Amino acid sequence: MELMKLNDAQKKSRRGRNIALAVVLFCLVALFYVVTLIKVGNGMVN
Amino acid sequence: MALVDNHEAIGANGVPRLSEASARDFFELLKPRVMSLVVFTALAGMVLAPGHIHPVIGFIAILCIAVGAGASGALNMWYDADIDAVMSRTAKRPIPAGKILPQEALAFGLTLSAFSVCILGVVVNWLSAGLLAFTIFFYAVIYTMWLKRSTPQNIVIGGAAGAFPPMIGWACVTGGVSIESIVLFLITFLWTPAHFWALALFKMREYGAVNVPMMPNVCGEATTKKQIVIYAVLTAVIGVVPTVLGFASLVYGAFAAALGLGFIWYSLLVLRMPDGDEKMVPAKKLFAYSIVYLFVIFSALMADHLVTTLWLTAGGAL
Repeated sequence: MELMKLNDAQKKSRRGRNIALAVVLFCLVALFYVVTLIKVGNGMVN
Repeated sequence: MALVDNHEAIGANGVPRLSEASARDFFELLKPRVMSLVVFTALAGMVLAPGHIHPVIGFIAILCIAVGAGASGALNMWYDADIDAVMSRTAKRPIPAGKILPQEALAFGLTLSAFSVCILGVVVNWLSAGLLAFTIFFYAVIYTMWLKRSTPQNIVIGGAAGAFPPMIGWACVTGGVSIESIVLFLITFLWTPAHFWALALFKMREYGAVNVPMMPNVCGEATTKKQIVIYAVLTAVIGVVPTVLGFASLVYGAFAAALGLGFIWYSLLVLRMPDGDEKMVPAKKLFAYSIVYLFVIFSALMADHLVTTLWLTAGGAL
């Protein structure tokens, strides 16, 4: 299979997108974790 | 391989082109300035609503509303890329500038729409999620795909999309829709025509060039100016209704009335502007004032609510 070669600009922009996606995914995990703590906490209080 | 396939498009020379879009370009697709207005009015809806919401849940609700609004902006840019490329105000947007491929913007908008609605439903409640989904649908389909290119009343009806966020914020806290949240909706809804037609007056030629039937192009400057005054009066009236209905104080009512008179004053200056005026300074001033008006009126509502709540709390403690 012939692979496409990325130029420097494409590599740079792909790296930027990957970092942004990693940050978003991390924030999403943190968000669900915190929401779970709050919901479970409220359930226990009730 | 699938990743490459999703990012490729055939360039002018027949060679597949890979995306060079940065994360900032994707952020631009969300229309950050519009998003800031949405965040602000949604926050106002949450602050004014009776009841309590956990601060973190409230923050997530605002985030979902902001992302949902941004997603509808991305879908708008995907559909309107052809006319955006012609107008100077929008020519530098990521798609016409060639930074982002249309199919990337479409996928981005659809993904964010689904995520924002689902997370809002799971974390907060499904009424607010339903309202957010309807808002995205209204802006992307009803306004962008249908009304915008077919009627000069496009932004009158389409303005509903921008007016829903305070109602969504209210629904996040109360789980319902009430007359108060409808008044918050109407403030933005009635404000939109005067705001956009002021812009349309001094961007008339650009809208004409892309065949978007804005009021000044279809009905003429004189009719548009009269309509602006009518909507400015309606906006000023709805601005004081929170006091009439009892969910804002008399102090707020007096302040809102003064702000509304300012709005009417600027609209009258536009009415007096001669037809064919090249510079259209009064229209530009009205456009600027309208932005300030909306931020200040919602700020005043929130400040009034917080002061009243503190006053009642202090009175109860004594």
